[in-house]
Amino acid sequence: MIQLESINFSYPNQPPIFQDFSWEVQEGETWAVLGPSGCGKTTLLYLVAGLLFPQAGQVRVGGEALTRPRPHSGLIIQEYGLLPWATVRENARLGLRLREFYGPDGVHSPPDFTPGLDVSPWLERLGILHLAEKYPRQISGGERQRTAIARTLTLEPDLLLMDEPFSSLDAPTRESLQNLTLELQAEQNLTLVIVTHTIEEAVILGKQILLLGDPPNVRPRVIPNPRSGDPRYRDSDAYRALCRQLRAHMEGEKVA
Amino acid sequence: MRMKRRDVFWAALAIILLWQISAWVIDEPILPTPLAVMAVLPRELGHGLWEHFSVSLWRVVASTGLAIVLASPAGLILGQSPRLNAIFSPVIYLLYPIPKVVLVPVLILIFGLGDLPKILIIFIILFFQILVLVRDQAASLPPELIQSVRSLGAGRRALFRFVYFPASLPAILTALRQSVGTAVAVLYVAELFATQRGLGYYIYLKGSTLFDYPAMYAGIIAMSLLGFGLYFSVEWLERKLCPWQLLT
Repeated sequence: MIQLESINFSYPNQPPIFQDFSWEVQEGETWAVLGPSGCGKTTLLYLVAGLLFPQAGQVRVGGEALTRPRPHSGLIIQEYGLLPWATVRENARLGLRLREFYGPDGVHSPPDFTPGLDVSPWLERLGILHLAEKYPRQISGGERQRTAIARTLTLEPDLLLMDEPFSSLDAPTRESLQNLTLELQAEQNLTLVIVTHTIEEAVILGKQILLLGDPPNVRPRVIPNPRSGDPRYRDSDAYRALCRQLRAHMEGEKVA
Repeated sequence: MRMKRRDVFWAALAIILLWQISAWVIDEPILPTPLAVMAVLPRELGHGLWEHFSVSLWRVVASTGLAIVLASPAGLILGQSPRLNAIFSPVIYLLYPIPKVVLVPVLILIFGLGDLPKILIIFIILFFQILVLVRDQAASLPPELIQSVRSLGAGRRALFRFVYFPASLPAILTALRQSVGTAVAVLYVAELFATQRGLGYYIYLKGSTLFDYPAMYAGIIAMSLLGFGLYFSVEWLERKLCPWQLLT
């Protein structure tokens, strides 16, 4: 689904973040990208989203080299992702409206797009149908993220990219949205890449964990985590052991 | 600042009362009572006041429309392009604080006696207000918001339609609300020169030439109503177009 082939990336007048970096994600996999701030997690996600481009190498998603955001990839960010002047329903519709605006041109929207603005089933699935006519500032952070998820899923993505989507939420809300994300991933057969700086969240969500360190990142460090997604995993010793291991990795990185 | 209708009513009553008392105390022709003015108002409306009012209203509406149509896209472009903004913002910085009313004689010299110089002067005032507020609004949109809308498939055209345009609406309306008062004041000044149409001319003619003070006050009331009307229209538009701004 995702191939990064020997990419180099740096921001203008900054040291490189990725150098000859390669990484691959198969269809239907669930990845967590973990690392301290400034390690390039968000940059990696934006490269896969087609919002940033490498100076060398190639990013391929769904078999095609990216030149712009791909209609079947969905991106959910931490905050500020919703239009403050639009209701929950209108926000959830935004992607569909954009497709209607451009028509099925194969660039901004897929060539097989069938117009329609009905988002109620998705609002209901995400438990926010009763908030449909509210504005973002009238609802809680968790409800805002549910709206952002609904907006992305209406476009029937096959790849879901999430940039610290739950980091500003309180613990119970975060946990319920993590579970919801896993449910939706399985239900829609999504490939999921979620960026987080929280070790626990990476271990809960990622069947594979990509660990990034201080830049430049050259070789991907991948930690398999097959038990993620199991509801009892949160309370198990294996879970705690992996968290300890990752913490040691990240602290070792800091000392080195 | 949002007012309850009842409070506005009582405030209006208090102002009229104060006017009435002042008229009694001063007891000169220069300050007729509100009743005397109300009595001549219908007569004056039939004798030209209505035409003068319409001319002034047209000048304000035309210049406002022109300012919105030209300043909003310019503000959006500057707010989106740091490079263009770097070129133009020093110019705006220099021109913005100039009291535009001093340009009235210049505009009359250049553009003559018709409606054009009056429309232009108000246009210039509103243009800068709208330009600056829309530019700042467009520049302050979080980059994350733009990126997330781009990730949904939006290109430049759709960003304008779905993000920049709706984001700039409140800025346009705020600019209008802040400057309609100034616009009407400057219109008055502009209508004192080289014209025989408009409320400014009417007020000056009745007061300083004909010494018909009640008629002059009828003109002042008409000009105040013009200001109120514009202000309330902007408020109404804000409620209609930007309901999300009013949430607490």
